[in-house]
Amino acid sequence: MTDQPIRIPVLRAGKPYESLEQNEVKDLRTGAVLAVVDQANAGIVRRDLKKQDEHFAALRAIPIAERLRICKRAGELFLRGRLPVGPGCEQGPDEYVQTLSRTSGLSHAMVRANMAKVHTVLDGMDVILRGLTRAMDLSVLDGGFGAQHGVPLGFFPTTRSLGIVLPSNSPGVNSIWIPSLALGVPVVLKPGREEPWTPLRIVQALIAAGMPAQAFSFYPTNHEGSAAILELCGRSLLFGDVAVTQAYARDPRVQIHGPGRSKVVIGEDAIDAWPDYLDLLVDSIAKNGGRSCVNASAILVPRHAEALADALAQRLAAIEPLPPEDPRATLSAFANPRFAESIDAGIEGALKQPGAVEVTAKHRKGARHVVVEGAHYLRPTLVRCQSLQHPLANTEYLFPYASVVELPSSRWLEEMGPSLVVTAITRDKSLQRSIIESPLVERLNLGPAPTTRVDWDQPHEGNLFEFLYARRAIHAEAGW
Amino acid sequence: MSATNPALPPALEAASKAAQQALDQHFVETVRWHFSPETGTPFWLNWAKQAGWDPAREVRSFADVVRFPHFDGEALRTEPHESFVPARYKGRPFTIFETSGTTGMPKQRIGWDDYKIDYEQFSATLDDRAFPRGSYWLMIGPTGPRRLRLAIEHLANYRGSSVYFIDLDPRWVKKLLREKLHDQAKAYMSHVIDQAVTILKGRKVEVLFCTPKLLEALAEKISIPGSGIKGVFCGGTSMSPQQLRFLVEEVLEGETQLVPTYGNTLMGLAAHKPLTPADAYSITYHAPQPRAVLRVVDPEKTENVVAYGGWGRVELTALTPEFFMPRFLERDEAVRRLPCERYPWDGVGEVRPFQAEQQKIIEGVY
Repeated sequence: MTDQPIRIPVLRAGKPYESLEQNEVKDLRTGAVLAVVDQANAGIVRRDLKKQDEHFAALRAIPIAERLRICKRAGELFLRGRLPVGPGCEQGPDEYVQTLSRTSGLSHAMVRANMAKVHTVLDGMDVILRGLTRAMDLSVLDGGFGAQHGVPLGFFPTTRSLGIVLPSNSPGVNSIWIPSLALGVPVVLKPGREEPWTPLRIVQALIAAGMPAQAFSFYPTNHEGSAAILELCGRSLLFGDVAVTQAYARDPRVQIHGPGRSKVVIGEDAIDAWPDYLDLLVDSIAKNGGRSCVNASAILVPRHAEALADALAQRLAAIEPLPPEDPRATLSAFANPRFAESIDAGIEGALKQPGAVEVTAKHRKGARHVVVEGAHYLRPTLVRCQSLQHPLANTEYLFPYASVVELPSSRWLEEMGPSLVVTAITRDKSLQRSIIESPLVERLNLGPAPTTRVDWDQPHEGNLFEFLYARRAIHAEAGW
Repeated sequence: MSATNPALPPALEAASKAAQQALDQHFVETVRWHFSPETGTPFWLNWAKQAGWDPAREVRSFADVVRFPHFDGEALRTEPHESFVPARYKGRPFTIFETSGTTGMPKQRIGWDDYKIDYEQFSATLDDRAFPRGSYWLMIGPTGPRRLRLAIEHLANYRGSSVYFIDLDPRWVKKLLREKLHDQAKAYMSHVIDQAVTILKGRKVEVLFCTPKLLEALAEKISIPGSGIKGVFCGGTSMSPQQLRFLVEEVLEGETQLVPTYGNTLMGLAAHKPLTPADAYSITYHAPQPRAVLRVVDPEKTENVVAYGGWGRVELTALTPEFFMPRFLERDEAVRRLPCERYPWDGVGEVRPFQAEQQKIIEGVY
């Protein structure tokens, strides 16, 4: 692998465009520049999006059955193919893994696990659409109407393109937008500052497999450019923390993907068997480097909080930074050292407030923040909080972090706030029912499944089909 | 401010030396004018009493400008206007101009003929094909107490043209953006652009003055060359090479000519060096020397200019019989550029808001 930086151009409805402004993406250990990413000014985004109708028509010219076949082929290409990155430059899967690992801090094994996730989505797109549409005959989307179980139904697309403002935390998040192409809606992507690789590789795989290039815009851009995407696309997915997403919280055209605040809760009936769930808890907290919104960040128990926290802390504290190519590496380095520093300082500051004790500290060798061969890591951290109101109790960070809180199950729902995923380990039917009926829980696992478990035929974060289509009553006279 | 530079070809080197001599002479004359009781300005005559030196007698060349401290813009907010009336202008009513984007008490500069002289000189740099004499102009931008509004009208009149005006109140826009009322800012922008579109549809206009953002917004509604616009005179905010290229290639569709300018109420306006492919859309502005001088100075040691190609803070010295203002530190930073044939003195390139100020300054639509 040479270290000649790769030039990654803007894609304007599939057409490469080299800008006069670029950002550098660097190896987080050596500082070597691995990519020079062309930046689109907001005016370019605004101008191109005036032609959304054309890009939409190009994609709709391909029937949905064919789009599904293209997705399947793209899955194979994504996993194994050599695909264009920049002018005259292609990457095979191994180069992709190495480069992404060097710039994101994810280990090779984690990148490959995320690759597998993206592959699953592309390869099994028919199954995913069945899940999203509740097994509707998909040809309804080609013609706009049809019937299901003898009931007539019609759907129309709510937008001419889907805007996606992506984060840099994990390549797996890209699986969320991919069904848009199968559903016949072009995408307008704004990659995260440090992660142009994965969305671009998915786009190139889909184009190589036969999707029209006009259906893909790829705009590395600034805040103003992101705002233009969110303003002009009829529907958008916005990833980011509260500071970023707040302005769009009331915009029904924008689906917000903020912090997950996912949780594991263990009921009265199951808590005495807590040692049985340690593997599940470690997985929920630390899988994928603890960087996903589906990673658990709080554990609620009615009893045994001290003992559980101590045993879990021992397990988490054993996770140490390993070289990225080590298959056992489960900690991820920080692409931006300042994030590691500020998270570390934030936790230390909050620990000074009464009611919280870090349990991992006594089991861990050395400090939380550690620099290994130039890479900044945060070692897993478990905090025992006296209440859910403590600032460390119901928060999440970009590394394996969780709190343990002792609270009677009767108070969980009133105190725990919204959660992307809840794993509820209880057979108590009345408790199960109250969780099932709560609007605060997006995805629910009943029984001992880690929060990181995802079923692709059930959306865990908004239903993209319902976001991109609306139902319409439609009647056609015979012969019309 | 080095007049000699080995990188300059001999003819330009000679022109650069001549410009330096002209500046030295103009500087000495202007300082004498403002610091002599029979012609001078009360503000500077008072200053000289406490300065411990006599500028009228002691300055020898522009290099002596560093003997003056940075002009404190606060004086333009607090001093009575009479303090800035040179003796020779006493009794002549003056125009009060305000800086455009501030909130609170604005900086006010008084003047008589400066803006006319500045813009008449600037007129000579315009291409008659893109700015046809006798054509109609449209200005979309701050009117009110701004020098710019009168200056643009004078420039047009000087070229036998007349101007339609659409007002834009930058203070209101900044207030909206500061309070995060983005929807209102957008609505105001649409209100401004809609009025412009109405004029362009109803009247034959060939020249446009506006800011880059307004130009982009206008082009989202109509084709600018398609509306008959031949030349656009653009100023008001910083423009990166990519933004400029986008305006030239796409917003103006490679047809309408763009003349970017850099200026404000205190400076007048700096013209840009005509772009060549080698410039890669990086704009260099040259002050209307010797009436105004721009230096790119080391922010830590502001008496020194930075090396050519280096970044520094923009420092403005105004040198007219109406107004003397030494070493005013602008809110901008820029790259120091070499003299060029048309303007054989230092230029300022890639002007953008000064780093330390970046947090506070909201450029908004203006």
